[in-house]
Amino acid sequence: MQTLYLALALFLLLNLCAGMWRILRGPSIADRMLAGQLFGTTAVAILLLLAEATESPAMRDVALVFALLAAVTAVAFVQRAWPDMEEGNDND
Amino acid sequence: MTMINYLSTTLLIGGAIFFLAGTLGLLRFPDVYTRLHALTKADNLGLGLMISGLALQADTWAAAGKLLLIWLLVLLAGASVAHLIANGALRKGIRIWKR
Repeated sequence: MQTLYLALALFLLLNLCAGMWRILRGPSIADRMLAGQLFGTTAVAILLLLAEATESPAMRDVALVFALLAAVTAVAFVQRAWPDMEEGNDND
Repeated sequence: MTMINYLSTTLLIGGAIFFLAGTLGLLRFPDVYTRLHALTKADNLGLGLMISGLALQADTWAAAGKLLLIWLLVLLAGASVAHLIANGALRKGIRIWKR
């Protein structure tokens, strides 16, 4: 089972690396934020897998904090950090 | 015991497939709204399957409950994020993709 956990964690990390492309490229800032959200969820999954693989239950608490922060980040982004200037420049 | 192992292996691999689909959708879909669709699949189903696979292996009920709590938090976050970002994108005039 432990091999499976580690292999799946590695697979999810590779997914993260592929998702970087959207952060680099994403035409509007909302696309980058969406990629960031996916990274947050993937990080939660990786942490849970590692907690099970290495038998360190403290990592579950870290995953809990990540899940909490994901909601706060997105709300802060929509309320505060989304500028009004992308009217014309995002028709890709 | 080994039956539970098979079941949780299946669930874990199913979750990984949904994460892959979410990443591919995020990379390949044409605009914010369609990418939102891909993202919520990875959030809800991918993590949900992974967590149910891991909860089968949990030692105590408390650990399984914590896993369930994490999933519910991510569900809540995903729903509100999808709504907020789609609403904001519409109001800021990001155009909906047409073929």
